[in-house]
Parts: sequence; C-alpha cells; structure tokens
Amino acid sequence: MIDISVVELAPLSVLLPILGAAIAFTLVRKPVSQVAVTLSTLAITLALEIWLLIDVWIHGGAEAVLLGGWEAPIGIVLVVDRFSALMLVVSSVVVMLVLLFSSAQGVGSDESPQQPVSIFHPTFLILTAGVSNAFLAGDLFNLYVGFEILLTASYVLLTIGGTGPRVRAGVTYVVVSVVSSVVFLVAIAMIYGATGTVNMADLAMKLGDLDPDLQQLLHLMLLVGFGIKAAVFPLSFWLPDSYPTAPAPVTAVFAGLLTKVGVYAIIRTETLLFPGDRVNSLLLVISGLTMIVGILGALVQFDIKRVLSFTLVSHIGYMIFGVAVSNHIGLTATVFYVVHHITIQTALFLVTGLIEYRTGSANLDRLGSMLKISPLVAILYIIPALNLGGIPPFSGFIGKVGLVQAGVANGSGLAWVLVAASIITSLLTLLVMMRIWSRVFWRPIEDSEDPAMRGTEEAKRVDQRKKPLRKDSPGLVAPTVALVTVGVALTVVAGPLFEFADEAADDMIHRTPYIQAVLGDEAAQQAQLEADQLEAWGIEGSDGAGTSQDSEGGTN
Amino acid sequence: MTIDAILLIMMGVMFAAAIYLLLDRTLTRIMFGLMMFTNAANLLIIIMAGPAGLPPIFRDDIAADEYLDPLPQALTLTSIVISFAVTAFILALIYRSWVLARRDEVQVDIEDIQVAEQPTYDAEDDALIADEASEFLEDHEDPNIYYEYTTETNPNVDSAEPKEGDRW
Repeated sequence: MIDISVVELAPLSVLLPILGAAIAFTLVRKPVSQVAVTLSTLAITLALEIWLLIDVWIHGGAEAVLLGGWEAPIGIVLVVDRFSALMLVVSSVVVMLVLLFSSAQGVGSDESPQQPVSIFHPTFLILTAGVSNAFLAGDLFNLYVGFEILLTASYVLLTIGGTGPRVRAGVTYVVVSVVSSVVFLVAIAMIYGATGTVNMADLAMKLGDLDPDLQQLLHLMLLVGFGIKAAVFPLSFWLPDSYPTAPAPVTAVFAGLLTKVGVYAIIRTETLLFPGDRVNSLLLVISGLTMIVGILGALVQFDIKRVLSFTLVSHIGYMIFGVAVSNHIGLTATVFYVVHHITIQTALFLVTGLIEYRTGSANLDRLGSMLKISPLVAILYIIPALNLGGIPPFSGFIGKVGLVQAGVANGSGLAWVLVAASIITSLLTLLVMMRIWSRVFWRPIEDSEDPAMRGTEEAKRVDQRKKPLRKDSPGLVAPTVALVTVGVALTVVAGPLFEFADEAADDMIHRTPYIQAVLGDEAAQQAQLEADQLEAWGIEGSDGAGTSQDSEGGTN
Repeated sequence: MTIDAILLIMMGVMFAAAIYLLLDRTLTRIMFGLMMFTNAANLLIIIMAGPAGLPPIFRDDIAADEYLDPLPQALTLTSIVISFAVTAFILALIYRSWVLARRDEVQVDIEDIQVAEQPTYDAEDDALIADEASEFLEDHEDPNIYYEYTTETNPNVDSAEPKEGDRW
C-alpha cells in the first residue's frame, strides 16, 4: 500500500498528548515553557483531528487502523468513523480553550498558591489522551484502558492541591469510578468467555448468536458500567457530590467531557453491540427519571457549581432518551445534542469561574449586583444559559426539537410520557438558569440572603461606587468568549451539523461501515441487519444510503 | 470446557467480601474492599481462559483443547497494573485525609446537609407581595415591609407573615 490515508495518523491523537505530557513533566520548574509545550501539543492534535474529520466528512464511512500490523480480530484496532471523529474534534476544541483559561488563571497571577501548576498541565494532557483513546477504541478492552487513563488523570485533577473538601470529594469519586470500571471489566471477562473476542466489530457479529438471556445479562452489565460513568439517574449520585469542589477549569472539562465518554460508550453498545430493542423501555424510564430528578436537585442548591452539576445530570437524560427511542431521528438528535451539550456545559462552568474570579464566591446567597460588577460576564452567562434552557434560536432548542420528534415518531405511550418529561425538564432548566440570573446578576447586593456576610467585597465596593478590586482578566475572558462563540456557531452551522449527525447515525444503525472497516467486506455482508430490524429503527430497508444494502430487503 | 469450581467459589467469596467492605465507612476497609473487588474480577478473567495446566503455546497442529488461551492473562496483567496504581493513589488520599481531618472515615459533605436542612419556604421566592404603586411610602404604610424585614434579618423563617408585636 503506497497511498496512506490520514486515518493512518489517528493513533497520533492519543500518542501526541502522552508525548507532550512526558516533555511537560521534564519542565516542572518552568511553568511558561510547560504551558507552551502543552498548548502546542494540543494545537497539533486538534489540527490532526480536524483533518480526520474533514477526511471522514468527504469520504464517509469508517476506517480502521490496525496497530502493530496484526489482523483485526487479533490485533488492536482504532476506528475512525463520523461519530468518533466529530467527538474527537469537539473534545479537543473544548480542552484547548479550557487549558487557555486555566493557564491564564495559574500563570498570570499567583492567586491560587495551592494549585501545583507543575503537575496540572501534564495530567491534563494525559486526560486528553485517555478521552481520545476511548473515542477511537475498536475493542472493548482498549475502551477500558482508555477509560482508566482518563479516570486516573481525573483523580489527580480532582484532588489537585489536596485541600480538605477536595480530598473528601476525591475519595467518593475514586471509589465510585473504580467500582464502575470493575463492573465494566467483569462484563468484558464474561463477554470474552461467551464469545472469545473483545473486538467490537467481531462482537457485533457474534453476540447475536448467543442465548437471548445471556445477551441480556451481558448487555445490562455493560450498561451499568457505562451508566455510572455517564451519571445516569440511579447511578448519578456521585457526580454533584464530587465535581463542584475542583477548580473551575477542571470541573468545566469534567462536566463537558467525562460523562460524554460514558454516553458515547452507551451509544456504541446500543447500536453496534446490541442493536435490538430489549432494554429500550428500561432506558426510557431511566432517562425520564434522570431528567426530572436531576433538575429537581438543581432547584434547591446554593452553589452555582452544584446547580450546574445537577443540570448536567439532568441533561444526560436527554441523550439517553434519544438512544432509547431507537429510531433514526432520535440517534441523529442525540449525536447533535452531545456536541451541543459538551460546548454549552463547559462554557457555563467557565463563566462560573469568571464569577468566582471577580467576587471570590460561587454561593447564590452571597452574590448579587453582578450585572453592575461586570456586564461582560453577564452577557457571557446569559447566552449559554438560554441555550441550555432550549430557547428557540439556539442549538439547545434544535437538539430538543429533534428529540421530541423522535419521541413522537416512536409513538408508544411511554415515549409520549418521555416527550412530556423532556419538555417539563427544559422549562425547569430555564427556571434554574433564570434563578441564577436574577440572584447573581440582577438583584442588588443588599438583597442577598446571608446577613452575616452580606454579599461579597467586590459587590459592596461597586454598590458604594468605589473602584473595584479586580478587573476581568483578559486571559480568562478570551477563552470563555471563544467557547461561547463556538456554542453560538453550533446554532449557525446547525444545518450541516445535523446533516452530518444524520449520516453518522445512519452509519451506526447500519453497522456495516464499521464492521467493513475492521473486518473487511465479507464480514460486513454477513453483518447486514435484516429489513425488519432496520424498520424498527425507522429506516426503510431498501434505501441504504451510502451502504451496500441489498435491494430485496425493503418489502414494505 | 471444564471449569475449576474452587476458583469459581473463591471468586464469589471475594466479590461478596469486597462488597461488604466497600459498604463500610472506614476508608482503609474501603481500600481493602476495592483491592479485593479488582482481584476478584482478575480471577474471573483467568477463569475465562479455561482449565488450568495447559501451556499457552499455539502451533497449527495443536488441537483447540490442548492449549490455553493466553489473551486473558495479558488482560489480567493490564488490569493488575491499573488497579495497583489506583490503590497507591487511594492510599495517598487516605493518608491526606488522615493528616487533614484525623479521621479514617468518609467525610460528610457540608453542602449536602445545608441543602437538606433548608426550609421549604424562602421569603424571596415565595412571599406574597402586595401591589404597591408608590415608591415613597413610610415604613408603617408599606404593605410589603414584613417581607423586606424577613429577608433582611432572617432569610430562613418559615413564614413571612407579620406577627403581633412586630414593630409595625
């Protein structure tokens, strides 16, 4: 093979950050060059991933990289298809902007002496490597390793500085994460025992032949493992407890990315490995509970970060809803929603970081007059807040309309209940976001609840028309503006993006592009879904857009 | 495929003991629980390789039931390394927790308790506010003074209704 496609370079999106981390570790005493190394590594990785995305956008389908030259079911494969390429680019954009934010916070001033800058950047790069590995993994065990890389890095980032609250939160987080990983590992062991392979394309061929009860068991075990990572309702208790104590940029990346890796794994499980609809009713019920319970939790919190953590849990419910209705539009809307939610949720956490920087507090009871203190921060807050609440022009609205359409198309009674629940959750999200708006930004500081510590120092000074203690730091504001702009841009390019998500969903439902890329044409022929299975997904068996569908399939 | 019953029973016992330990409040026990939990999973992977005693050497002329699948051992090795690293990290966390709080226990989240203890009534959100056309009322004429007073002095009172003996 002389012509080398760019997909052959896909392993670099895992390797480069690890290499960058190694170099950054040697520069422990030179924070500025450490930041330079980290940023340039991420920039190269991002450029590569954008190239990958353009490549799959043009050529479509999926492509696999066989590592070490071993053939597919034996060797380790990395698979780039539309969905994984999209996720790679979005995650790198978010990580890059958050890193800019945190370097401005750490290097520009000595405000936070507890934050050991020297280990922050390398760990951050390793987290990126883990996330990329999880998105690219073509076999379950490699997915497990990807999860472990990103989780271990996240343990360090969450407990950075080792203060009391962070250690307390860290213990819960580590224990829960390890338990979820072991559940996943047990599922892998049992799947290996049942089929003799961990390659996902190979599994897609073999799992269908197993006893249905055994399939159900393996399916549920995987879902429990991923459900803990994605913070789906009964397994979401750990998230609002552990995320808010970390520094703002860390929470921002965790909220944006880590749960989405779990959602990504759930989507792969539901489409590639177990395409049937055996657990869909269960998933529907769970997604509804995730939405409602999450948003009700957000209503009673005092701390902005905790409010946002609860809305995060609540909106994971939307993505699970889109998977659970198991039709084409639902999956399309889910892919779109994941992209939208990564950007918006991260932007909101960064804005919280800005509020904290100006006032020294993220407690709703102590904040007020923020609109006077900094109109810029207010604008930066209200745009993603309205977006998350699903106000019409924004991408949040588009994603939710897609999900509601999917629920209506599904047509079962349960799906209608879920449509209602998703609309109620959307309204409650708006209420929660406006509650923050009216308390933090609109009300004058003398109305804040806490009489002993009436307001923050900054608000008092602004109220007395004194000069504020600090200004908005441009190094912090610029990345936030960029991320909010990306969020708005998602609305502007929603048309092409939705089309792309549509094609990605198409590939995932048909499964053939993925299997063809890993195992070759012959396997893909065998793996083709029956016409009635495709019909269950709301696709006519005969259209076969971009895939090698046999034309006899569509008899409806 | 034959399965070693002793290994299987041992795995079950380890899982049971691990879950029991994980539910404890003491951090050291939780750590032991996690170690046992991951090792039980490792044992499960090993069991999946098939009966013990066969060499993991493959040649084309060896029948499928005469050699051992080596892949599970490679998987186990990876997972042992990962769990070792995580255990070391947890140990460091426990030590740090001991240095900071002098308790080998899962600490309570103060914010959680605050949220749980807050009254359902919040003057700012829930008080009924009467119409008031003028901004220039004396305090004794203001129909909403009780609300402002409540918010100002005691945000967490259960009722903002004016009581007998208050200053208005």
